[in-house]
Amino acid sequence: MKRLLLILCLLASPVWAVKPSEVLDDPALEARARVLSKGLRCLVCRNENIDDSNADLARELRVLVRERLVAGDSDEQVVTYLVDRYGEYVLLKPTTGGANAILWVAGPVMLVLAFGIGFTYLRRREQGAGPDQLNDDEQRRLDEILKG
Amino acid sequence: MLIELGHFALILALFVALVQGVVPLIGAHQRRASWMAVAEPAAYVQFLLTAFSFGVLTWAFVISDFSLSLVVQNSHTDKPMLYKVTGVWGNHEGSVLLWVLILAMFGACAAVFGKNLPATLRARVLGVQGMIGVAFLAFVLFTSNPFLRVEFAPLNGQGLNPLLQDPGLAFHPPFLYLGYVGLSMAFSFAVAALLEGRVDAAWGRWVRPWTLAAWLFLTVGIALGSWWAYYELGWGGFWFWDPVENASFMPWLISTALLHSAIVVEKREALKSWTILLAILAFGFSLMGTFIVRSGIITSVHAFANDPERGFFILIILAVFMGGALTLYAARAGAMEAKGVFAVVSRESALVLNNILLAVASFVVFIGTMWPLIAELFFGRKLSVGAPFFEAAFTPFMVALAVALPIGVLLPWKRAKMGKAMAPLWGVLALSVAGGALVWTMQTGRSNLGPVGIALAIWLIAGSAMDLWQRTGRGDLAGKFARLLRLPRADWGRVMAHGGLGITIAGIAGMMAWEVEDIRVARVGDSFEVAGYTISLNDVRREDGPNYSAIMADMTVTKDGREVAHLTPEKRSYPVQQMPTTEADIDNGLLRDIYLVIGDRQTDGGWAVRTYVKPLANWIWAGAIIMALGAVLSLTDRRYRVGAGARRRKGTTVGVPAE
Repeated sequence: MKRLLLILCLLASPVWAVKPSEVLDDPALEARARVLSKGLRCLVCRNENIDDSNADLARELRVLVRERLVAGDSDEQVVTYLVDRYGEYVLLKPTTGGANAILWVAGPVMLVLAFGIGFTYLRRREQGAGPDQLNDDEQRRLDEILKG
Repeated sequence: MLIELGHFALILALFVALVQGVVPLIGAHQRRASWMAVAEPAAYVQFLLTAFSFGVLTWAFVISDFSLSLVVQNSHTDKPMLYKVTGVWGNHEGSVLLWVLILAMFGACAAVFGKNLPATLRARVLGVQGMIGVAFLAFVLFTSNPFLRVEFAPLNGQGLNPLLQDPGLAFHPPFLYLGYVGLSMAFSFAVAALLEGRVDAAWGRWVRPWTLAAWLFLTVGIALGSWWAYYELGWGGFWFWDPVENASFMPWLISTALLHSAIVVEKREALKSWTILLAILAFGFSLMGTFIVRSGIITSVHAFANDPERGFFILIILAVFMGGALTLYAARAGAMEAKGVFAVVSRESALVLNNILLAVASFVVFIGTMWPLIAELFFGRKLSVGAPFFEAAFTPFMVALAVALPIGVLLPWKRAKMGKAMAPLWGVLALSVAGGALVWTMQTGRSNLGPVGIALAIWLIAGSAMDLWQRTGRGDLAGKFARLLRLPRADWGRVMAHGGLGITIAGIAGMMAWEVEDIRVARVGDSFEVAGYTISLNDVRREDGPNYSAIMADMTVTKDGREVAHLTPEKRSYPVQQMPTTEADIDNGLLRDIYLVIGDRQTDGGWAVRTYVKPLANWIWAGAIIMALGAVLSLTDRRYRVGAGARRRKGTTVGVPAE
């Protein structure tokens, strides 16, 4: 029975993210490592961060991040180190530099545009909205009639 | 032989769809009643043929007919019957066939329920539906034929991905497809209206239940997928901003916007051309989602095979339908003159705000999803866009939406006074600020996500309750209660959907802000503390399932000496696929989940154990279910019953408040 269990463990080895053996003793450093890991992509996975990934490469990256932190690197230095080695592909949160500016401003610009168009539309619809509106009770009665 | 009949039925369905897509449209154009009359029987026949074909494929999976290449690749005699059946759509070919079946089913439903539509509109709706059918039937037959035989049938199949052998995931695709494909009805109605050259309140009333149904299924489908990820992937994440998830989320956002703008068309005959555009785009995003999943162009955890040919085919479908519809839109939308006049502060404007926020939010999801592709193609940069981007760029829209919602629902149509609408809400506002503040003082050193999320949730839930209460009008309490029960179901539906959103927001905020995680090595017999709970690892043993073997941990959770839960997390191994999966065991609670995972045996004889305490986790899916139930209630409202709209339409003007 025991041997079977052992064989099974060997067969189906790593199925999981952060392992107890990787966790740093210093809770402050470990906390920083966890925050950093959330923003780093497991390169062989699909949009998964290294914290959640089961892949071997993700484990190596997690260990690497912790090594750099123990060596005294700041958070930025760790990220720069990884980007230098693996390219910006490793960042789950894209930088704002260069063409990426388009990505970041697209939403706000679209929102401003939409508000502009929406407001112009509303102003146009407003013209002619006279005071001939029904009061609440009349409106409710009308709604009831219309809904049957 | 039966297989060949199923295959043949599918080919016949293609020809029937071709007839359905051409004859009624010409008939409607030339006002030939007999040509238009082809639409209905064609829709029924197309459905029956596709259903037969799907039934045959299902049968082949049930009896494990290994002469079929699809069954060989995706089934196994040892598999439980439930998963043999769900294996039909657990692969590319079968899932596209399911897609086509649902498409034909919606067409047949439109034929059944559309008896009261004007003849030309009905013929056009069914005609457009038939054309979509042609495209997808051709896609199945030419690129993804599920009925291909193998020359030498093997003795057994290659099984099914063990991750897919799970009830949550087994029923997630059918719901999603019901949603995706349901939006084809909104699209068909929009194109038919453009062909008719007319959109009126009746059109708004007809298109809304279809959109509502599609939205309901999308909501359930997305919730099922997220729930599955939560309990299956082994660490309790519920949303990853993965391209395939985004592919289902974008149509959801757009169809939510469409639901709301269709109300303005129905009640006020305004926002017509915008609603038509949304209906076209909603289906466009559905097709886009199909493209993203099937082509594998943006790699993702769930994508089926990477196949450029299939991707290209879907791209052509997307281009033809979107290009055609948008060209038609550009030519005809100008004629959709709005009738309703309203002030800047009014229910109409609130719904415009809803539409702006939802549409721009889905645009943000869209650009985030496509950006890695765009950046690589045009700027030569290989980069990732992950959860941190979406959390930063998308969340503000949902916060704004939640802030505006309770005020918007209380604004009257046409012209409103902010002060009057806010009057019943001051109490609600005070309550939610107090709730947020209370939460803020209870937590120390955590992010503001928790308090803000809880405040928003109370604002939405209490605001929705206030919305319902305001609907009961003036008078004494007894009269108000009596009226409460007589309110139209659509009102109850709206309140439930909005309140459900509040519950989901509370769940997301609670889980993201206050989750407690513990990773450690525990030996059998050890106990440890996590967030006030004592977890004991009593035993680790081997358990065998029908087609897997597992290591199962026996663990108890106690609090203050009382047993809270007895949990048995597993680590399974499926020998046919050589693939391990983690089966977390979860104690579900109203206020928190306790989530246990067993991992590898360590060299010192202990076991890796992960414990999570996830506050309010279930609220996420409970909220989604409540939203879906709200949609069900709205759908059963009597004004949507068959023909209600049409009968009124015979009068001169349609059900619009007097101008």
